[in-house]
Amino acid sequence: MLTTEERQRNPLLKKLHIDGPLLLGLLALAVISLFVIYSAGGENEDLVMRQVIRIGAAFVGMFILAQLPPRFFEKFSPILYGIGLLLLVAVLLVGEVGKGAQRWLDIGPVTIQPSELMKLAVPMMLAWFINRRAIPPRLGRLLLAVGLVLAPVLLIAKQPDLGTSLLVASAGIFVIFLAGLSWRLIAVAAALVGAFAPVLWLYLMHDYQRQRVLTFLNPERDPLGAGYHIIQSKIAIGSGGIDGKGWLQGTQSQLEFLPERHTDFIFSVFSEEFGLTGVVLLLALYGFVIMRGLIISLRAQDIFSKLLGGALTLTFFVYVFVNIGMVSGLLPVVGVPLPLISYGGTSMVTILAGFGILMSIATHHRLIINQ
Amino acid sequence: MRTRTPIRDTEGESNLFARRVFVAIAIITAVFMLLIGNLYHLQVEEHTELQTRSNDNRIKLLPLAPNRGLIYDRNGVLLAENIPIFSLDVIPEEIDDLDQTIAELQQILTIDDDDLEQFRRNLKGQRRFNNVTLLDNLNEQQVATFATHQHRFPGVSIEARLVRHYPYDDLLTHVVGYVAKINRRDVERLKQDGELANYAASRTIGKLGIEKYYESELHGEVGYQRVEVNNRGRAVRTLSTEAPTPGQDVVLELDIELQKKATEILGDRRGSIILMDAKTGGLLAMASTPSYNANWFVNGISVKRYQSLLRSKDSPLLNRATQGGYPPASTIKPHIGLLGLEEGTITPTSRIWDPGWFEIKGVDRRYRDWLSWGHGWVNINSAIAESCDTFYYDLALKLGVDKISGFMTQFGFGEKTGIDIHEEIPALMPSRGWKRARYNQPWYAGETLSVGIGQSYWTATPMQLIAATAAIANEGEQVIPRLLRGFGNITDLDPAEPGYKRPVVISDNNHWQVIKDAMQDVNMGAKGSARRAFEDAPYSSAGKTGTAQVVNLGEDEEYVAEEIAEQYRDNAMYVGYAPADDPQVVIAVAMENVIGGGGSVAAPAAREMLDSWYQRYQLVTDEGLANADD
Repeated sequence: MLTTEERQRNPLLKKLHIDGPLLLGLLALAVISLFVIYSAGGENEDLVMRQVIRIGAAFVGMFILAQLPPRFFEKFSPILYGIGLLLLVAVLLVGEVGKGAQRWLDIGPVTIQPSELMKLAVPMMLAWFINRRAIPPRLGRLLLAVGLVLAPVLLIAKQPDLGTSLLVASAGIFVIFLAGLSWRLIAVAAALVGAFAPVLWLYLMHDYQRQRVLTFLNPERDPLGAGYHIIQSKIAIGSGGIDGKGWLQGTQSQLEFLPERHTDFIFSVFSEEFGLTGVVLLLALYGFVIMRGLIISLRAQDIFSKLLGGALTLTFFVYVFVNIGMVSGLLPVVGVPLPLISYGGTSMVTILAGFGILMSIATHHRLIINQ
Repeated sequence: MRTRTPIRDTEGESNLFARRVFVAIAIITAVFMLLIGNLYHLQVEEHTELQTRSNDNRIKLLPLAPNRGLIYDRNGVLLAENIPIFSLDVIPEEIDDLDQTIAELQQILTIDDDDLEQFRRNLKGQRRFNNVTLLDNLNEQQVATFATHQHRFPGVSIEARLVRHYPYDDLLTHVVGYVAKINRRDVERLKQDGELANYAASRTIGKLGIEKYYESELHGEVGYQRVEVNNRGRAVRTLSTEAPTPGQDVVLELDIELQKKATEILGDRRGSIILMDAKTGGLLAMASTPSYNANWFVNGISVKRYQSLLRSKDSPLLNRATQGGYPPASTIKPHIGLLGLEEGTITPTSRIWDPGWFEIKGVDRRYRDWLSWGHGWVNINSAIAESCDTFYYDLALKLGVDKISGFMTQFGFGEKTGIDIHEEIPALMPSRGWKRARYNQPWYAGETLSVGIGQSYWTATPMQLIAATAAIANEGEQVIPRLLRGFGNITDLDPAEPGYKRPVVISDNNHWQVIKDAMQDVNMGAKGSARRAFEDAPYSSAGKTGTAQVVNLGEDEEYVAEEIAEQYRDNAMYVGYAPADDPQVVIAVAMENVIGGGGSVAAPAAREMLDSWYQRYQLVTDEGLANADD
């Protein structure tokens, strides 16, 4: 009913397979991104121009994906997942080393980061796999599904890239959760994770990762070393107050006390300059985008689309939560950007590709019914 | 073969999915609330504290050094000034390859190993300062040379600052003193006094003389510049400035012309001449020779030069006016005479026969008078005027050393005068108790005789002698010698009040006149020991000569100055005041190891000084003085 009204309201958008409200939310975030990057980068116009180009390219990618019907993604899922897994193995064998971790694969003219691909491929694969049977899945298939998630997650964690493996894992787990995993099993899983934590701490974590957790628990224990970033970030956020210091007026960022100002810690710049008022508005905007994603998933006509749309939206939420949580001292510092605001191309492309799929789901379901 | 459900319950599955989405929405809402709650905590509840920390991050206080107060003589002649000098400063942070830069700088400027060593030391020690001086005291040529090459050296600059300069070089070192670099001991002391913050920008501190004594007035109050800095501590912009308060100017009682005169009279002899206002204690001249150039210390004296100052047998570092402990010799005869009158040991008219020597009953030794054939009949007047030793041997023996010591302490002997410089010694006024404590030996009667003519263990500084002479001139009133005339501008002076010590009170004030008459006869009497020096002076004056033996001669040895080594020759002393009836100015002269004595060397020096003073302040015509010279 509502979709009919929408189509009548926006026939052009429908024809272009664009979801109006979602596009509006994403564009608003992109515009905010440019302003904050201009400030965080020390009024560097080149930096802003490069981001404009990236945003443009990512939006084009989103529009292209939106033209494809959800059924295409469903069919393509196992192949994409398979390719992704192979590439991850290849990365571990012959990958480029950058910042102490192997993440990139040099294939001819371009370097690609297979772990980014998996942010889409894993929820697609899981949605495809679970949709092969009725939901909720039975225990056996559930274990297989968990295996499908764990394989790429472990490969990515081994690179090591904690942030991405966390996002890929949540994308897969969200599909399982949305598919109706019983609460009892959720409780059992939580208990297992709890039991596993000491093993993780003692045997599996790298020293620098343990250090990060310790610093997270008490940043002041190493104010000039590892704790410096989080302390400076909290000072930036807190000194912003309710109204903020004003655009381009944030001393913590302008005088370079903040680390990673235009990438991972861009939220601190935003908070310092726009205060709690700006922060609440930004979170409202994220909330709006997330809600729109969930509404699209709820309205989707097939289970694959519902599971995939829901998981992609929730993964987007995880980005927001982990990034803001880490810069404000609620979570340890893991390399997760603030989606659509942080400077950088790779995550922007992946996130907007996800929204391209969501737009495809939002605008193609009528056809299925018509059949 | 897996079992398939041919028809799936699409609506049921959609409902299951929807329920899970609603759970997710609930969780998302809760998480957003958590995030906002935490941000509220940071941005509202902890805002004030974090705002402070943010400001602490970005705002640094740069101290600004106050300009040091200037020092003038009583007529407004500048004695210590601040002159701009140029230094070549380096900002290490802005230089990629420091060694390379220094190598290139060496191609256009001479930078020797000493400079480099000093630079490396500063580089390590003073990180909080952004600029590190590489080359100090650049001349105009060097400044110009660098200016033409400046574009090649980012992070290197010429900085101007004010440094202390003493235009009179070595003439005033023992008076004005000098400033020098603040060292670790200074820092400790400033810390104790809670003054360290006030010196945050200061490079130098008063180390000697007036510069040290009036350091707190001369220094001024530090100012601050609030600057915004980036994460590397580099100043980005100035937020506000609190200007430093310059130090107060100091005006001295000193008259630079009289100081020059005193130094000129001393010439290359070792000694001291002091001229003091009798009423206020203001020091018009305070010379001590040899001296050294105060400017050597301002920018750090070289070890070699300092060693040569330390080792010189002429001890130029010694301020003879206040640190030179000389046997006062006959210059204290008026004081002992006064004691004799006070005690009733002698009367103004009582007399003794002087055969040229004195004997203590039961001791087989003759104590000789300087006049080997004797003065004949002498009373207190002739004993002072002619400086008869025998009279004083007799008097001293009758008084005893402890009475003499007690009375002399009232005149300030054995104590610091309290002059406004720190370089002063109390010298020594011996007594029985002192000798027992010091040497664990009894006092001998022969030593009392020596004390009676101002020798033995007795030492006094010229400053003590002038103060004790002023006490006689002022009939017991004791004014404290003082260099300071006042603080502030010469035309708008905040004058210093004269300081007084407890006056010397005697039972019969006529005794003052007896002594003063005798002292006038020293200069003006027919047989006065300084009569030749003061012959035809156009003013009245009074005084006392003294000649101190540096070595003890045997009973029958003859002293011939020309025949003995310089360091064993006598010291010539003189104290006096003028005019005789209304003393305005007091003088003390001490000259070491001279050929001659108080009457023939020190008294003429005093005459010359007093002539100069009269010329400048008492409007005596040149003609009058010229006639006197004939």
